[in-house]
Formats: sequence, C-alpha cells, structure tokens
Amino acid sequence: MAQITLDNLAHSYLADPKGPDDFALKELNHVWEDGAAYALLGSSGCGKSTLLNIISGLLRPSQGRILFDGQDMTDAPTAERNIAQVFQFPVVYDTMSVRENLAFPLRNRGRPEAYVAERVAEIAAMIGMEHMLDRKARGLTADAKQKISLGRGMVRKDVNALLFDEPLTVIDPHMKWELRTQLKKLHHDFGHTMIYVTHDQTEALTFADKVVVMYDGRVVQIGTPDELFERPEHTFVGYFIGSPGMNLLPAEVAGAEARIPGGTVPLAGHYGTPQGRLQLGIRPEHLRLSDADGLPVTIRRIEDVGRHRIVRADLAGHELNIIAPEDQPLGEGMNRVVVDPAKVSIYADDWRVTAA
Amino acid sequence: MDKPVNHKAWFLVLPVLVLVAFSAVIPLMTVVNYSVQDTFGNNVFFWNGLGWFEDLLSSERMWNALGRQLIFSGVIIAIEIPLGIFVALNMPKRGVWASVVLVLMSLPLLIPWNVVGTIWQIFGRVDIGLLGYGLDALGIDYNYTQNPIHAWITVVVMDVWHWTSLVALLAYAGLQSIPDAYYQAAKIDQASRWKVFRFIELPKMAGVLMIAVLLRFMDSFMIYTEPFVLTGGGPGNATTFLSIDLVKMALGQFDLGPAAAFSLMYFLVILLISWVFYTVMTNLDKRGG
Repeated sequence: MAQITLDNLAHSYLADPKGPDDFALKELNHVWEDGAAYALLGSSGCGKSTLLNIISGLLRPSQGRILFDGQDMTDAPTAERNIAQVFQFPVVYDTMSVRENLAFPLRNRGRPEAYVAERVAEIAAMIGMEHMLDRKARGLTADAKQKISLGRGMVRKDVNALLFDEPLTVIDPHMKWELRTQLKKLHHDFGHTMIYVTHDQTEALTFADKVVVMYDGRVVQIGTPDELFERPEHTFVGYFIGSPGMNLLPAEVAGAEARIPGGTVPLAGHYGTPQGRLQLGIRPEHLRLSDADGLPVTIRRIEDVGRHRIVRADLAGHELNIIAPEDQPLGEGMNRVVVDPAKVSIYADDWRVTAA
Repeated sequence: MDKPVNHKAWFLVLPVLVLVAFSAVIPLMTVVNYSVQDTFGNNVFFWNGLGWFEDLLSSERMWNALGRQLIFSGVIIAIEIPLGIFVALNMPKRGVWASVVLVLMSLPLLIPWNVVGTIWQIFGRVDIGLLGYGLDALGIDYNYTQNPIHAWITVVVMDVWHWTSLVALLAYAGLQSIPDAYYQAAKIDQASRWKVFRFIELPKMAGVLMIAVLLRFMDSFMIYTEPFVLTGGGPGNATTFLSIDLVKMALGQFDLGPAAAFSLMYFLVILLISWVFYTVMTNLDKRGG
C-alpha cells in the first residue's frame, strides 16, 4: 500500500504536442492518500483512463513524475509497481479454468501453492463463483467473466493500489450493487488505496470517500460527495453531479446582487465586480415554486419521479429545472420561483468565485 | 402439418443443378467410368471391374509417391505454421510500416505458381543462379538437379518462401483481433512473454491457425506446378509427388484406366484426411466450452 503522488504530470498521445488542446491529460498535481477510496468521475474521453494507465505504468507520461511513497516510479514497469487494475471489458484467459484464472497473478509471482489455494477460495467466495471454479472461463457470460476479472484484481493482498476502470459497465444492475458493496467492504477490511473510474455519479458518490471530477483532461474538483453537491467549483461539476444538474443562467453581478434573465436576485455575499463570462448557478433542489413572490416562470412540464417532482420551466427564454416536494400542491397560480441566496454560486469563465 | 407442395421450385434450382453437373458431376463420373474399364485403342472399351484399383494398391510406385507426398506436407506444415506465427508476432501492429509489411508479405502469394517454380529453378542453378552459384562459391557442393537431398531442400524452401506469408497473414489477422486490454491485463498480472503467447495470443489465433493448417495441407497435398517446373519430379523419382506421378501416368503414358483409379483414390485420401483433421480440431476447440 502506498501514497501515490502525481507531480506536474501531463500526457499527450501525440509525439509533438503543440498547445494545451493536444494534451489528453493536462498538467496535474495530486496526492492519492494511502488507503483512501477515490472515484474518478467524468464524461467519456476526459482523460480518466489515461490517468489510470499512467498510474499503473501501462502508459508513460509525456511530462512530470509519479511517485510511490516518495520514490520515483515514472519509468518503472507495471510489474514493479505492484498494482492491480480491472478493465472496463472483461479480460479472462479463455483456455484456463476459473480457478487458474484467479490463481494466475499469484502463480506468476511465485507464491506457494497452499497460499494460492487459500486466496483463490476466499476470492471465489467473495465474487460468488465457488461452484464454478473448475469450469473453463470460455463460454461464461459477460458478467461472470467480469467477476473473474475483478477477482484477479483483488487476489493479491499486497498491492500498492487497486485501480478500477469502469468495471461494472457490463454487469447487470442487481449484481452491480452487490459487487460495489463487496468492493467497499474490501476497502474497509484491507485499506487498499483504491481508484475507481466511472462516469456514473451514483457509483462514484456511493463508492468513494473522495470524488475527483475530471473535465477535458483536467481535474476540476476534488471533494467529498457533499462538497461536490453544495459547492461545485466548476460549472461542469454543477452540471454533471445531480439529477437534473445545476441550473446555469447568464448573469451580471454587482456587489450583492445578480441580474439574471427575468429579474434580479439577492446574493449571500459581496462579489464586487467579477470579470469574464459570468453565470449564476443554482441547483434545482434549491429553487422553490411560489404563488406570491420570486421571478415569473412558465411551467412547461412536470415529471413525477416518485420521491419528488421535477418541474421543467422557462425563465425568460432560459430552461430552468426546479425540484418540488411530493406534497407541495402545484396549482394554477404557482408561476413564480424563489431562489435561496445561500445556495447560489457565481461562476466567472466556468470557475466559481467566492464572495468577499 | 401439411407442407405446401410447389413443383415450380424445381425450375429455380435447375440452373444450379445443370451448372454443377457440367462442372463437377459429369467430369467426375467420366473419371469413374474410365477407372473401371480398359482399352486397347480405337476407342473400344471393356469392363475391368476393380482391377485398376487392385493393381494400384499393390503398386510400389503409388505407395512411394504417397509416402513422399505425406512427408512433404508434414515437413512444410511443421515449418510454415511456427514460422508464420513467428513472423506475425513480429509484424508492426499499426502505422505506415504495418501497411508496407502487409503488401510485402502478400507479394509471394500473388506470383503465378509456374513463375515461382521458374524463379527457384534459375535461382538454384549452379552456373547462373545466385543461390546455386553462391553456395558453390562457399564451397558447398550444391546441385539440386543431381542430389535428391538438395532437390528436396530446394522444393521445401521454395514452398516455405511461397506460402509462409499466407500463414503469417492469417495469424496476423488473429492477433489484430485481440483488444489491448488483454495485453494490459497480462502486464498487471505479471505474465511472462511466453505466458502471454500461450494464454492470450495462441488461443485467439487457434481458429485461424486451424484454417491455415487445413489450407496448407490441402494445397501442399495437391502440389504440382512448382516442383514440376523446378525439378520435374527428379532427380530420379525423388520429388515425384502424387500429382506429378498422376500426370505422368495419365498424359505421359496415357494409361487412362489406372490414372482414373489413381485420381479417385487421391481425391478420397484428401477428403478423408481433411475430414479427420477438421473433426479433431473442432472437437479440441469445443472441449473447452
């Protein structure tokens, strides 16, 4: 187990990168604390897998260093790093039995057979495959194969870190939940450093102590699920986390007031006169429909999702999502919306500005 | 349940039947016809029963040719398959060089067979051929027209030169279908180069390799043009393979009856070996599942 430091790291798949656009992974400094569980969240193609492959040594970064417990491992081959990684699509050795598949990483490292047998039995129980240990891996279903891949990743106890690259994509929803629980338990029991790549926010938020949100080759925010929800540092985080995501409205900010389409809203603090393209961000959860005060809106559609209702409204030509509690009556006159000033974020060129 | 009966369907399959009849069934039946008859000329034939087949089975000449043929096919498969795999493993996976190498690899496959024979016939000559002259200059007494061993080596090397590309290209196609994640997972699992080959590459190539072996077996078992041009079956009968022997019998000696019997047995042997081979391989393949 190790603390992994990324020092000034960047990667481009081109031999001769010209500008920042040529980089799949833009300059990054980060410390993955020993024993923490991280989720790496972001849309497809934002550099998540690139970062993972650099950590495991499958890819050499174009610039910067990577340190394990302070020791430079930038040029160390994968084998020396002693890292386990599970990929998005199941990788099993077809001609081997399930048992041989699970034992493979241990046997390659010359572990005694008794130890191998013991670990294989433990892991098989964990992934629920004890009854098919002697079957050939060929011809198993995709989720059975992925369970074997997960098992192979977890079979070594002494790994520096466990990396998961969207491992549950091919698994059916029920098993997904169960395996995620197993992974959390594994983390709890053994305290491995875990990095879990996903584009599914529920998965990220339930799995991790800390979520790293990536956007366009850059880490835009690292925080607890709560921080990501309450104080998105970047408009992408606001938009990506939450269902539906944060409402972003063009704004003009002066002091403690913001002018948005449809009217003016008070702010919780003084912002001065921030420069750049300004936006006001407010989560649908922090908007309230009212028949008396607030800004006038046109309600276009109401979706009942069970726990609450999502109101799709129109605010002076801008789409606005509002979450209304189940018990709130939504009658004819409910065509005004109230903004909770304490929950408002102001963004200048997509980055959050703090109030003075 | 009653099936609808519609005799018009016969008209739809008729063209195919006629085509197959003229291209395969009738010629084959002509051969069958010759194989059971004898003639003393003047187009007068009389019934000979299975006489030609009996003669053939006790003919040392046929057994020798069959023996040579089996050794030849065995040797070239034993060389071309591993060599083809080795070449495929070392071919560039992507980029400009991948295309260049692919084109270069397919060149031998595009050369007409008699030209291949001619190339090697000249290449191996001691007086003007680069290979023959070169070996001679090195002090090796090489002469494929006199020495049966040299003739054999030359024929085998020629076939390897001509056909290893095919195996390599098939194996390459198999390799290309392996997703990167397999190699990455193998690195994570700390698998050795041999284990990557044994547990990832070989299983993924098994299907195409089976086809490669089958193709190379059938093709080499019927080989005619190249050794005919290169050695003409000699020296003596050293490189007289089945088809060369058959042509000598049918066209050289014009022994239509024995040659017809020979053809049929030849055909059946290829069919039998291919069938056995295919059955064994597909069963091996299934056993895992």
